[in-house]
Amino acid sequence: MPNPPSTPAELSLPATQAVLESAARDRLDQLPAAIGDYTVPEPRLTCRGVNVFYGEKQAIFNVNLDIGQREVIALIGPSGCGKSTFLRCLNRMNDTIEGCRVEGEIKLDGVDIYHDGLDPVILRARVGMVFQKPNPFPKSIYDNVAYGPRIHGLARNRTELDEIVEDSLRKAGLWEEVKDRLDQPGTGLSGGQQQRLCIARAIAVNPEVLLMDEPCSALDPIATATIEQLIDELRTQYSIVIVTHNMQQAARVSQRTAYFHLGRLIEIGPTAKIFTNPRHPLTEDYITGRFG
Amino acid sequence: MSISTLIWILLGLSSLAYYLGLKRALAISGGQVRHLHSLPSYYGYYTALWCGLPALAFLILWTLLEERIIILAVGASLPEELQNLPSERLELVFNQVRTALSSANASEDPVICAAADRYRALQAISNRCLAVVALMAAGLGAMWARRRIRPDLPARNLVEKTLETLLAASSALAILTTVGILLSVLFESIRFFELVPATEFLFGLNWSPQLAIRPDQVGASGAFGFIPLLVGTLLTSAVAMAVAAPIGLLSAIYLAEFAHPQVRAVAKPLLEILAGVPTVVYGFFAALVVAPFLRQAGEVLGLTIASESALGAGLVMGIMIVPFVSSISEDVIHAVPQSLRDGAYALGATRAEAITQVVIPAALPGIVGGMLLAISRAIGETMIVVMAAGLTAKLTINPLDSVTTITVQIVTLLIGDQEFDSPKTLAAFALGLVLFVLTLGLNVIALYVVRKYRESYE
Ligand SMILES: Nc1ncnc2c1ncn2[C@@H]1O[C@H](COP(=O)(O)OP(=O)(O)OP(=O)(O)O)[C@@H](O)[C@H]1O
Ligand SMILES: [Mg+2]
Repeated sequence: MPNPPSTPAELSLPATQAVLESAARDRLDQLPAAIGDYTVPEPRLTCRGVNVFYGEKQAIFNVNLDIGQREVIALIGPSGCGKSTFLRCLNRMNDTIEGCRVEGEIKLDGVDIYHDGLDPVILRARVGMVFQKPNPFPKSIYDNVAYGPRIHGLARNRTELDEIVEDSLRKAGLWEEVKDRLDQPGTGLSGGQQQRLCIARAIAVNPEVLLMDEPCSALDPIATATIEQLIDELRTQYSIVIVTHNMQQAARVSQRTAYFHLGRLIEIGPTAKIFTNPRHPLTEDYITGRFG
Repeated sequence: MSISTLIWILLGLSSLAYYLGLKRALAISGGQVRHLHSLPSYYGYYTALWCGLPALAFLILWTLLEERIIILAVGASLPEELQNLPSERLELVFNQVRTALSSANASEDPVICAAADRYRALQAISNRCLAVVALMAAGLGAMWARRRIRPDLPARNLVEKTLETLLAASSALAILTTVGILLSVLFESIRFFELVPATEFLFGLNWSPQLAIRPDQVGASGAFGFIPLLVGTLLTSAVAMAVAAPIGLLSAIYLAEFAHPQVRAVAKPLLEILAGVPTVVYGFFAALVVAPFLRQAGEVLGLTIASESALGAGLVMGIMIVPFVSSISEDVIHAVPQSLRDGAYALGATRAEAITQVVIPAALPGIVGGMLLAISRAIGETMIVVMAAGLTAKLTINPLDSVTTITVQIVTLLIGDQEFDSPKTLAAFALGLVLFVLTLGLNVIALYVVRKYRESYE
């Protein structure tokens, strides 16, 4: 898919103004496809030539990326580079945004998720999402977790539902803290507990892929450590795509890392390699903290 | 000099004082505005306020007291035998004097004529004095303020303080008016409860305030049990809410969740127009269109529906309060954070599931608040029920029957020539008090609920 040449106007985002000077020498528009191998042997999700537009403005340019089974892939990059936008393509959450248009091909287990016949409701049950800010429903802790299983009819009776709720809360590392007050409102929990509740809510529908958009940005180091440990455990069952601004976090939890810059995928590779031996100067600048 | 001319002159003097103060400030600063505590214009405002405010206060005080003082003086000049009259009779004489003031009603009675002349003369003198004193106050105030201007005079703080006081006084006026209304209703109600026991009023099941013309007539005292009115009020309000709650809520959901922004921009104000239609017009509509229609419909179905019925009045009232429900509900539904909707969608919820199971429950307290406001509106509504609900008090919960409401009875009690201290007239105030307490209570609860809701989302 041909890239439209980028004009200065298109790049003149205030947040990235400082980057512009250094970016100019790299001639972004003349870049070849991303550095590094974006494919994996047995992909769960395959993205090819993905472009995303908000109205006239293009936010994602020609991204190719595979997401494998049972791996954690981290998306990093400066603010406004399109990490969230790309993440939201993967479960069609962009559909809810007025004027947002997605081009290209995204396949889940070989099926195009933007195909007309595919119901986004079913897709989202298979590709769950955890948001940056914890957003528990104003319901009891139990009902928060039971919400997904209920609407998808995953439990045949109350006992099964109880099991799902307990199981999800255990996986999210929250069970011990809340087992005595399942009937209290989820909004009454602490920030870190709320985020783990949201993770429990997401895994209660048993998704195949879990998308996490900066899940720890509102949390303290201890809550963050709990959630990182949780991500590590969840990896045995799910594919996880995590957006993070925290380099150490990306290094700790992910197996592969993708670096985005101004809507383009710049570099992709095994996490260890990206952090110790980045090949693209932009990646190097970013992870060494020269900007971002 | 008439009061309005005087006020215009005072305004002119104040603007003059502004320039005097400004020039003075500039002069003492020696061209170095930085040496002044405040910007030069504040010294102008300071002088203008000192010029205008004391004179204005004096003017208001004078006009409030003038009439009373003049009447006292006129009274002193009346002939002996008139002066010794009991105070109510004397008041009548003064009323005659007041009417005789306008030349069209010149009185025959020479005494009254003389008194009226004296009144006029005193008023002319008073007017002249007022003008002289007010203008002097203005001049002195301005001069005093101008002399006080020094570089370190905190003019800005003084001006801001004065303006703040004025603003506070305006809001105090509004609040005091409410308190005043409440107190006047309260005092009249107390007089009513001296004539009719409060227990009879609050728990009596019979309402027929018709008083006998002659004391020996049967049923002379009337019956003042307000329960039938309360039931009637609640019945019409219930019918109204049965209409307004679903229509208002559903249209709010449509506007907030489904309507295209352009549709919403047009439809919302259109809906709100419903609240702006004069209630008399709704009354016509209820009496001339809805009531006959209901009666015919009732005949078809084999029901007897009175030509004035709680159903007809309630239906129309319901239409009237739809915007109260829909507008507030739409606001609170709109205010439910997008993140909650996203959370539901990300779990694979359909739009309907997200709305019914997440958005509406989250907005519920606000919606309830809106409903309570609408109910209090329905309880206090008068014109529609006067025209469509009926006048006779019946203790019934059948919406097809005619009922009467608290507001209707207040209207009928106060119509016609009545002695002001008869229980019949005073009963209106007691009803007004009940109505006030009822709607005030509902409003307080509604505001509390809505505020609670606001707190839970920032
Ligand atoms: N709803 C929207 N409408 C229009 N433009 C949008 C919208 N959401 C995002 N954008 C634009 O798309 C670009 C990418 O935004 P995105 O939120 O994906 O960045 P991000 O990498 O997630 O940034 P951050 O790290 O700050 O979260 C930005 O230029 C942003 O202004
Ligand atoms: Mg983001």
